[in-house]
Amino acid sequence: MAEKTFTVTSDSGIHARPATTLVQTASKFEADINLEYNGKSVNLKSIMGVMSLGIGQGAEIKIVTNGSDEAEALSALEETMKKEGLAE
Amino acid sequence: MAKEITGIAASSGIAIAKAFRLEEPELNVEQKKISNVEEETARFEKALQISKEELEGIKEHARKELGEDKADIFAAHLLVLSDPELINPIKDKVKNESVNAEFALTETANMFVSMFESMDNEYMKERAADIRDVTKRVLAHLLGVTITNPSMISEEVIIIGEDLTPSDTAQLNRQYVLGFTTDIGGRTSHSAIMARSMEIPAVVGAKTVTADIENDVVVIVDGLDGKVIVDPSQEVIAEYEAKKADFEKKKAEWAKLVNEPTVSKDGHHVELAANIGTPDDVTGVLENGGEAVGLYRTEFLYMGRDQLPTEEEQFDAYKKVLERMKGKSVVVRTLDIGGDKELPYLSLPKEMNPFLGFRAIRLCLEEQDIFRTQLRALLRASIYGNLKIMFPMIATVDEFRQAKAILLEEKEALQAKGVEIAEGIEIGMMVEIPSSAVMADVFAKEVDFFSVGTNDLIQYTLAADRMNERVSYLYQPYNPAILRLVHMVILAAHKEGKWVGMCGEMAGDEIAIPILLGLGLDEFSMSATSILKARSQISKLSKQELEGHMETILQMSTTEEVISYVTENFHIEK
Repeated sequence: MAEKTFTVTSDSGIHARPATTLVQTASKFEADINLEYNGKSVNLKSIMGVMSLGIGQGAEIKIVTNGSDEAEALSALEETMKKEGLAE
Repeated sequence: MAKEITGIAASSGIAIAKAFRLEEPELNVEQKKISNVEEETARFEKALQISKEELEGIKEHARKELGEDKADIFAAHLLVLSDPELINPIKDKVKNESVNAEFALTETANMFVSMFESMDNEYMKERAADIRDVTKRVLAHLLGVTITNPSMISEEVIIIGEDLTPSDTAQLNRQYVLGFTTDIGGRTSHSAIMARSMEIPAVVGAKTVTADIENDVVVIVDGLDGKVIVDPSQEVIAEYEAKKADFEKKKAEWAKLVNEPTVSKDGHHVELAANIGTPDDVTGVLENGGEAVGLYRTEFLYMGRDQLPTEEEQFDAYKKVLERMKGKSVVVRTLDIGGDKELPYLSLPKEMNPFLGFRAIRLCLEEQDIFRTQLRALLRASIYGNLKIMFPMIATVDEFRQAKAILLEEKEALQAKGVEIAEGIEIGMMVEIPSSAVMADVFAKEVDFFSVGTNDLIQYTLAADRMNERVSYLYQPYNPAILRLVHMVILAAHKEGKWVGMCGEMAGDEIAIPILLGLGLDEFSMSATSILKARSQISKLSKQELEGHMETILQMSTTEEVISYVTENFHIEK
């Protein structure tokens, strides 16, 4: 299992377009990937799950990957977070 | 049997083709027991697959025709159809409860819809509509019902609909959609404006078209005279083919005027400008020989998204328009939102009288962060061309002074930081509230220019909601009351050496043009596609001669008198 915590820096939190990209990235991997925020955990391969969290600016989120390609998945997601301007 | 329906000519030209009804299919779902789970699951998978393929097609179409932004919406829709949290529960339900896929899908989707709807956030609430939209497509395939996809039309048709939404019009393929006609709407409704910018003939507000027209029946849309002819005889078709050829010949004549200046028969020059909504619209302006942008409606930057546009996004858009216009004047109207144009993410309260409510400059003076961001973006972009800024919905001198003061504050702050800003940016205002027309002599001392927004000026002067069909008869551009107000504004401006433009639909209207020219209007801003026709008409009119008729026209009692006088005495370009 691999995990990493991020602080969301973008003005509008995780909204439609960045959420789409995150889910697209997560879906490429075998590992189970969860997004934890505010005591809730959702499947990061689920667009509706991610959007239902309503993550805003300043939110502390944790991405947990678990499976054969967990390390690659986590680093790919970290890169996406940065590229989309979601976290530094 | 041929039938003729009268409506409002919304976009000129003639189209003849088979009817294509754009309608919401009826999707009735019943709960059924199934015996073969595998078969049912396979049926669901197949419907899912076809839906995804369709969405891929729509996404690509959107990318090509509308840009990356709109394509992203469909990318998100596609993800919903791959969402394990949606798909797995549906399959489980089919398996565990032995119910049909339609039922399992509807139940599961409804659960998500109500979850999103109950969220305390406008943006999330709208996602409920997305889910509904996407699952509707899958459901239609399961039920074997055809879902109409305007983007998938692959033969020449005329679209028949109750009304066309922005997303409907956005999906239309110009190659195959030759024209359209709708039950509701007017010359200024969204569908009409889109039709003119896409240059497809349209008749709107034709009340009974969806009731009277079946799929595949031949239909003629006459966007010149506002008529729809259903199932015409061969003779009528031939007659309209001739009318169409005639119109196209005239259009070709007009096309020769693209690089010509706009000059009246007696050598008086006026500026013919275009109204635009996005940087992409500049292409149409240049192709149609526009001499300027007379109205850049910036609200499109704010619409169809989930958050305010950043200063950078705005800067990019303004810079692009200014650069592409290569030093020609670009009048940018600051944010005109509120009223009928809502921004869900601002969560503004619903109002009883939105057109008389918290909108445009009123909102900007209150929500100054939004206003100041836009002004900074504009000021920074000013060095890339000939920028002019105007404020919408000014009712009092004080509002104009406040708006101008904020603009100057931002300018100084930027300059203090060493940002370069163009010299002498003209600052003007829209005249769309009768109070500002009446006070034009006072305003004229403080503004650099006026632009008369006739759509709202008419609605406020005659107190007639332009969205309300029952009072649409009061929407009278040629009413002497309107002409007198316009006259007052022009006189007051010219006395102070200022110029006056007009950016409502009236500026491109063949009956209004002789009057406006006679009254001394300096700039006419219209749909890009009306420019060449207007230029041709103005070249056949003598300003001096028109001036001699103005006193008579301003003394008239009714709209009808004005119309018959103008059509009898002056050249009307048809």
